[in-house]
Amino acid sequence: MERLNNVLDLEKLRKVSIERQKRLKKWIRVCSGTACHSQGGEKVVDALRESLARRVPGDEYMVKATGCNGFCAQGPIAVVEPDNIFYARVSADRADEIVEKTVLNGEVIEDLLYVNPETGQRIVHEREIPFFAGQERLVFGDTGANFVTDVTDYISRGGYAALAKVLSEMKPEEVIEQVKLSGLRGRGGGGFPAGVKWESCRRAKGDAKYVICNADEGDPGAYMDRSVMEGNPHQVIEGMIIAAYAIGAAEGYIYCRYEYPLAVKNTNWALEQARQYGLLGQNILGTGFNLNIFVNRGAGAFICGESTALMASLEGKIGEPRGKHIHTVDRGLWNKPSNLNNVETYANVPLIINRGAEWYSAIGTERSKGTKIFSLVGKINNCGLVEVSMGTPVKKIIFDIGGGIPGGKKFKAIQTGGPSGGCIPESLVDLPIDYERLKGAGSMMGSGGMIVMDEDTCMVDVARYFLNFLCEESCGKCVPCRMGVKRMHEIVTKICNGQGEPADIDRLEELAKTIQEAALCGLGKSAPNPVLSTLKYFRHEYDAHVIEKRCPAKVCKPLLHFEIDVDKCRGCGLCRKKCPSHAIIGVKKECHCIDEELCERCGICFDTCKFNAIQIA
Amino acid sequence: MEHNLQEIDSIIDHWGPKPASLLQIMLDINHKYHYLPKESVERVSERLGMPESHVYSVATFFKVFSLTPRGRSIIHVCTGTACHVKGTPKILDRLKQTLNLSPGETTEDLALTLETVNCVGACASAPVVVVDGKTHAEMSPGKVSTLVNELKNEKKD
Repeated sequence: MERLNNVLDLEKLRKVSIERQKRLKKWIRVCSGTACHSQGGEKVVDALRESLARRVPGDEYMVKATGCNGFCAQGPIAVVEPDNIFYARVSADRADEIVEKTVLNGEVIEDLLYVNPETGQRIVHEREIPFFAGQERLVFGDTGANFVTDVTDYISRGGYAALAKVLSEMKPEEVIEQVKLSGLRGRGGGGFPAGVKWESCRRAKGDAKYVICNADEGDPGAYMDRSVMEGNPHQVIEGMIIAAYAIGAAEGYIYCRYEYPLAVKNTNWALEQARQYGLLGQNILGTGFNLNIFVNRGAGAFICGESTALMASLEGKIGEPRGKHIHTVDRGLWNKPSNLNNVETYANVPLIINRGAEWYSAIGTERSKGTKIFSLVGKINNCGLVEVSMGTPVKKIIFDIGGGIPGGKKFKAIQTGGPSGGCIPESLVDLPIDYERLKGAGSMMGSGGMIVMDEDTCMVDVARYFLNFLCEESCGKCVPCRMGVKRMHEIVTKICNGQGEPADIDRLEELAKTIQEAALCGLGKSAPNPVLSTLKYFRHEYDAHVIEKRCPAKVCKPLLHFEIDVDKCRGCGLCRKKCPSHAIIGVKKECHCIDEELCERCGICFDTCKFNAIQIA
Repeated sequence: MEHNLQEIDSIIDHWGPKPASLLQIMLDINHKYHYLPKESVERVSERLGMPESHVYSVATFFKVFSLTPRGRSIIHVCTGTACHVKGTPKILDRLKQTLNLSPGETTEDLALTLETVNCVGACASAPVVVVDGKTHAEMSPGKVSTLVNELKNEKKD
């Protein structure tokens, strides 16, 4: 490995890498994202490598452990290239068969193929699977193809070309102009135009400036930033270096969650590699531009995703936000001008530079440009990461790409924007998704979590869940958030417990408005959103809890009654043995019954009964 | 605690004894001992030249840190939204029952600690439980019982 001393060196390395890859006859991409990994993906990689080494040693065949493929529901995933044959739910004991049949003899193994649940048809090629065919993968497309531990793999696909172009041909102002023209907006939630932020930071006066990447992806239910950092960290680093050049920064920080150890490891590894190749550090690509980037780990505080709290935490203080009357682009980290963007925003930058602002701004809607990665999770068949252009209707994401709701259940709502967002009900299924429309519907883009809920999800319980989350995560600095959210949580808990009164709903609305107006930071101001949006669209569920003392989705335990169906019970006694509170009485071969006083409504009997005799009312 | 102090010093030296390193130093100490021993807080405050109260304020602000000893294995139950709608409450109930612990508590023999975590970003595999860095996907109350038995047997071995 040699240091790249100029742009020509980089192009030379790119050519060499491409030539080396041309020698490959076949390669197998195995997803090493978190979901595939937890299902045994690592063992698949080892088994395939071992099998290949035994049969065809040398460099004509290889196994690439890649970043997240995105189709997490089908993991572990292995794709044989260049034929694009997609195998789902692969286990290590099938490795020999895959190598023998598919890699060496070009045969397709039928039972490993993905089956389209609608048609029952087996699909051979990855690109033909509806989950992929419906997406527009621009930013995330590279992650599933990227050989994580090899920077030359990224370079062979055009990596660092944007950086080379910026450093050798463009002035900082021109870079900012391109990003402004592209219409790129912050992907962390706020949706502030990135180019405008960069320009303010460039204009701000200061002897030192900082470029910071927010990888503190705290929104529960969102994991696209994790996947990009784990699977393709160089794309983010390249974007950051370009931003640093544009604003005039010499030092950068990536603030990454402690809960993402692999992202921290891979980012540190990528930074080290970039330094060795002369893509980071002193005199980058021989152009005289200097930048160092460091990784800082967070410590499990949601509030540190807020820009001022994140910067306080970087300084070694507790993560409390401050008022925004002074912008962080003027006075941020150590009181110096600082530019903060999130992982996905930076990952967009190399694309804009390479393909031009005009190309980029042609994608999306009038005010929301480009694509957005969503983590489509919850009650959905095709769980995974989905990248679509802005303006794609909810319906397309849920039904065409997501494959609908499992078990033939009815779709109820999607929740977007995490604890600061809200719910989009089934009636708005045609809504095209972009920043403005989500806001108009009472939710927000957030970092892109999209949690699908079906008829078995109780919306009052969801509101309580988020309030509980926000109570725990409130930093405590301002009263409206510290006390107000707590009071809201108490009221909603009361409703879930069946003790709600009609006046409680008015109290909730009043508190919500006060908190929105008076809280200090974005977290506090948006904290009432989950309650307001569920009240807006699911008022009838609140009413059922308060007036009828009933939980329609059968989730809120104190409102449930467990009964045994006399006709179905065979008296097997299994539920009686399993019941932890000894609430089930009966003798063998005769119908059992439940003592309501003792029943703790844990649901173990319901899960245990083989005759569906336990009824929940 | 002489021995500990040497280890703590080497962590401090790795990050440099400056205020900006505080969080990173504390994370490493917390990771090594599973909690922040009192001596370590004193040492950090002394070497970084900041009041102990400041170190404690950071220690109590962030969720990762513990000021009391925790088990050799830590069971993290993910309470992210995707996990929640797919049944985390039931899993947490079952764990509480079988281990006789509430979240944040440790067994008397210091073998296991039960904790919740806001989201581990493994939403597609929901509901998930992470034990010592290993992610267990698509958990159910039944699988929880098996997992706890496995953990208890491991400890005996």
